[in-house]
Amino acid sequence: MLSKIIRTAIVAGAITTAGMAQADTVKIGFVTTLTTPAGVIGEDMKNSVTLALEHIGNKMGNLDVKLIMEDDGFKPDVGKQKTDKLVKQDDVDFVAGYIWSHVLLASAKSVLDADKFLISANAGPSQIAGKRCNKNFFSTSWQNDQTPMALGEYLNQVGVKSIYIMAPNYAAGKDMANGVESTFNGEVKGKDLTKWGADAQLDFSAELAKAKASGAEALYVFYPGKAGGAFIKQYQQAGLQDTMPLYTAFTVDSIALPKLQKAGLSGVLGSKMTQEWSPDMDNAANKRFVGDYLKRYGKYPSFYGAQSYDSIMLIKSAVEAVGGNLDDKDAVRAALKSANFDSVRGRYTYGNNHMPIQNFYLREVVEDSEGRWTTKIVSTVYENHQDPHASKCKM
Amino acid sequence: MDWNLLITQLMNGLQLGLLLFLLASGLTLIFGIMDFINLSHGSFYMIGAYFCGTVTAITGSFFIGVVFGLIGVFAVGALVEYFIARKLYRNDHLDHVLVTFGLILIFDTLVHLFWGASGMAIPLPDMLNGQIHLGSLVLPTYRVLIIAGGLVVAGVLYFLVTKTRLGMLIRAGASNRTMVEALGVDINRLFLIVFALGAAMAGFAGMLIAPITEASIGMGNDIIIIAFVVVIVGGIGSVKGAFYAALLLGLLDTLSRSYLDLLLKLVMPSNYAETAAPAISAMLVYILMAAVLAFRPQGLFPPAGAK
Repeated sequence: MLSKIIRTAIVAGAITTAGMAQADTVKIGFVTTLTTPAGVIGEDMKNSVTLALEHIGNKMGNLDVKLIMEDDGFKPDVGKQKTDKLVKQDDVDFVAGYIWSHVLLASAKSVLDADKFLISANAGPSQIAGKRCNKNFFSTSWQNDQTPMALGEYLNQVGVKSIYIMAPNYAAGKDMANGVESTFNGEVKGKDLTKWGADAQLDFSAELAKAKASGAEALYVFYPGKAGGAFIKQYQQAGLQDTMPLYTAFTVDSIALPKLQKAGLSGVLGSKMTQEWSPDMDNAANKRFVGDYLKRYGKYPSFYGAQSYDSIMLIKSAVEAVGGNLDDKDAVRAALKSANFDSVRGRYTYGNNHMPIQNFYLREVVEDSEGRWTTKIVSTVYENHQDPHASKCKM
Repeated sequence: MDWNLLITQLMNGLQLGLLLFLLASGLTLIFGIMDFINLSHGSFYMIGAYFCGTVTAITGSFFIGVVFGLIGVFAVGALVEYFIARKLYRNDHLDHVLVTFGLILIFDTLVHLFWGASGMAIPLPDMLNGQIHLGSLVLPTYRVLIIAGGLVVAGVLYFLVTKTRLGMLIRAGASNRTMVEALGVDINRLFLIVFALGAAMAGFAGMLIAPITEASIGMGNDIIIIAFVVVIVGGIGSVKGAFYAALLLGLLDTLSRSYLDLLLKLVMPSNYAETAAPAISAMLVYILMAAVLAFRPQGLFPPAGAK
């Protein structure tokens, strides 16, 4: 008898909560890397998402936000498992996040086949921008090629004649190398793709020696997260900063800089990179984001954080545009596509493949008024730039 | 042929080899003498780096950091032996693997708890951040120091193992443990010393590499696999074997990373070569291990009298 009552109560409870969840909440799954050394990136994204939810009072229109954070462990297979869990078990409305292109490529199908919305807050593999583009995929970052393309363009502008390229051997690493090669007019003297993943290669002695021996005028690298700091350290220890200027993409960021400053590696000051965003951008949304982040966490947010913050704001704009009626997928999609929100990088639009069409800036490492190392925008390299894979997308 | 590049790469290979030796020598002794598989040996590597980094941050001196780091890791190693490993020697290998894998998780979580997820940079004194110029050859000072440090430790270990009474017991233990016990040697004390010494050497390797790559959670788990390969290629229980195998693998890895893409470009289009070369060079050490296991399963330099 008693067990019957309990069972009825449980069933009733389950029905009520399920009913409530549909009516009053928007569920967002967020996949990032919280363990392994790459967890520092995930931490920055998590901080930014937390701050975004605080800024919007945990509400999107009249719906409460329920955020479910998952850790991909820097592994495509784990990322896919966690994504499946979010889609099937938690039945989320949006899945956002994804630092790594190979994790996103492995996970995208699970979300898109279930007719849910996928918002990449970082990874922008060429496949998803081109042939595998999907109506329910949106990015608040960039397509991988764009940032290095801007860098190649800048190298042309300053008259660099030859470069040596180093990047990790995975989907994004190849995009980053191809991006520079597609716009750089000079000679690529050599290229190294190094081992990547949870047991990534962090000692670059052999590659740096090759780069030096190649006689290239400048060095271009892409080493996101922890590897970036390690690379720059070894670059300086090898004494290359006097002979081979360093240009980077997604390597020198507010995750690497505090550590480099602590280790006193002043060689990185003045080093240049391209990016779609910078902490010093002068708009109301960015000032609020960066200001509150500094106050709360005592350090600058990184671009990973900025894009994660934007992903929440993009979802909010869409939820509000459809008046909380998430069942009308077409309306939600149209609202997402209009990108009608105040991005911390300033307004941008979406191309046919749902990758942002946006500006790319040249940033330089400087010391701020309080002596912290950060990045500052020097000039605009590309205005309203669209990625080169958009034409391959039939949408 | 660019001779400067070749010499630099040989030095880089030597540096990697010596780091592997510091890890593998402890591993091979523990494995060979106590018949104990210690997967968490890499945790000592990580703990050494964090201890050294913390003391360096407090005192401002990397050298004081290394000294205190060594003492700290030796103590942690001794504690792990006394409270955990000692109870497991008579169990089978599966138990060793399960317990030491659990230890990895515990150590990783403890480091996360005390130092956070973001890793730790260890600043070097200015004189070590520079370069040494030998004619047209330029070598980072710190990497030369790693080589020197590794060779010194290898020398001390050689002396210890071949010329002292402790070393004699260690060698005897590696060859025939039962006989050593039967002769009335305090085997517990010997095991404790060997275990802690192995831990300290692994910690030393972590301290040496951390100023280059930063200390981070799980840093030891990446390298411990290759250290096991060194142990197998060199012959289980043989310090001499570990030394030669470590240098061999260090050079193989570095030289293949340097020259394999050039070789492959001779036989395939360059974009394939660029992708294939790093993948193949990452596999080469394992291919070598497979070859050793197939043709000389006791390893290249097994300890005398080992069965």
